[in-house]
Amino acid sequence: MAAFLAVFRRDLVLGARIGGGAGVGLVFFLMLVTIMPFAVGPDMVLLARIGPAILWVAALLATLIGLDRLFQADDEDGSLDLLRMSPLPLPLIVLSKGLAHWISTGLPLALAAPFLGLLLALEPKALLAVTVTLLVGTPALTFIGAIGAALTAGMRRGGLILSVLVMPLMIPVLIFGISATSAALGGTIPFMTPFSILIALTLFAFVSGTVAATLAIQNAEG
Amino acid sequence: MRLVVNGLASIRSGRPVFSGLGFELHSGEAMAVTGPNGVGKSSLLRIIAGLLPASEGKVALEGGDAEASLGEEAHYLGHRDALKPSLSPVETLSFWQSMLGRPLLDPDKALTQVGLGHAAHLPSAYLSAGQRRRLALARLLVSRRPVWLLDEPTSALDAASEAMFNGLVGEHVASGGMVLVATHTPLGFSARSLAMQGGA
Repeated sequence: MAAFLAVFRRDLVLGARIGGGAGVGLVFFLMLVTIMPFAVGPDMVLLARIGPAILWVAALLATLIGLDRLFQADDEDGSLDLLRMSPLPLPLIVLSKGLAHWISTGLPLALAAPFLGLLLALEPKALLAVTVTLLVGTPALTFIGAIGAALTAGMRRGGLILSVLVMPLMIPVLIFGISATSAALGGTIPFMTPFSILIALTLFAFVSGTVAATLAIQNAEG
Repeated sequence: MRLVVNGLASIRSGRPVFSGLGFELHSGEAMAVTGPNGVGKSSLLRIIAGLLPASEGKVALEGGDAEASLGEEAHYLGHRDALKPSLSPVETLSFWQSMLGRPLLDPDKALTQVGLGHAAHLPSAYLSAGQRRRLALARLLVSRRPVWLLDEPTSALDAASEAMFNGLVGEHVASGGMVLVATHTPLGFSARSLAMQGGA
């Protein structure tokens, strides 16, 4: 447990310090959302209608920023070798790194969403729905991304391949995140139906992302 | 405690690197692995550390903790120093100490031993190549491991630091540890020699 927390704390500290890049995803998210009204035009009704989708797509793209460094940084400087030799099992190291990565990159997106939603003329109920679905859905994005990050850890310019690799896998999360948000704003299905599936996807991503990333790291050399 | 390597073979991307390698290393012994570039010295150390699969043969540590894998019983010092530029030496060592467990020396004491006491709270980005190497060596002192696997440990070290390194290895061996060093330069301590030859 001490070792689990040690990795977790170290990755949080590294993310927050200079060169850690924890803030870059958030700024990117902000930029994506702010350019949308310029592209779509000042149609408040239209913006409010597509606002949740804009926030979700922007959050998905912002998650991809910085994911490439999740294992690559440790692979490059040799830390990954030592982490693999430590008594803490590799899946737990991956889980710990993933959680720390989510807190420094995914959580800020969910917390910033209600403020950015104001730019898109979202009503209070929609703001709440987007925030809650992002809060539940972004860990899934991080852990699905961790698979790609582990696969491309030893690659130069792996970030591009990573995006292409994991984006299709993120589509179900996007679908149920947005449908839960629309369900909260009225419609034929109750909110909990798509929202439960979103929760299930996140729980599934915790397990499958951790296991798949572990296997990818273990088999990187051979 | 002894490290037994038996009939070890390594194939990297389809090319046989070495085969039929066997030796024993007992407690309180040091061994120098020598040989030309590309003969598989680094691969050998990585296989023993459990970082690379062996294509044939076995590596075992007899008389150690039955629950622990060989990797958990060994320190590995590779070509890369495993340092984060934004963490200070003390933070780096504290992290590895809680990560690796079985604490031995305090991070502060370990830094004094390798002569980095003055730079303990400076970000590692400001360290020179030799200082970075010394910090990597200090990692060996914060957690107890019977086996040390060192790959070119003295690269970037000056004469004084090399003497310091020889002292550390001497102490480890004297306390019943095992040291396996892959090297091109003559070592400053007595060690058995394992000469690897190309094409073997």
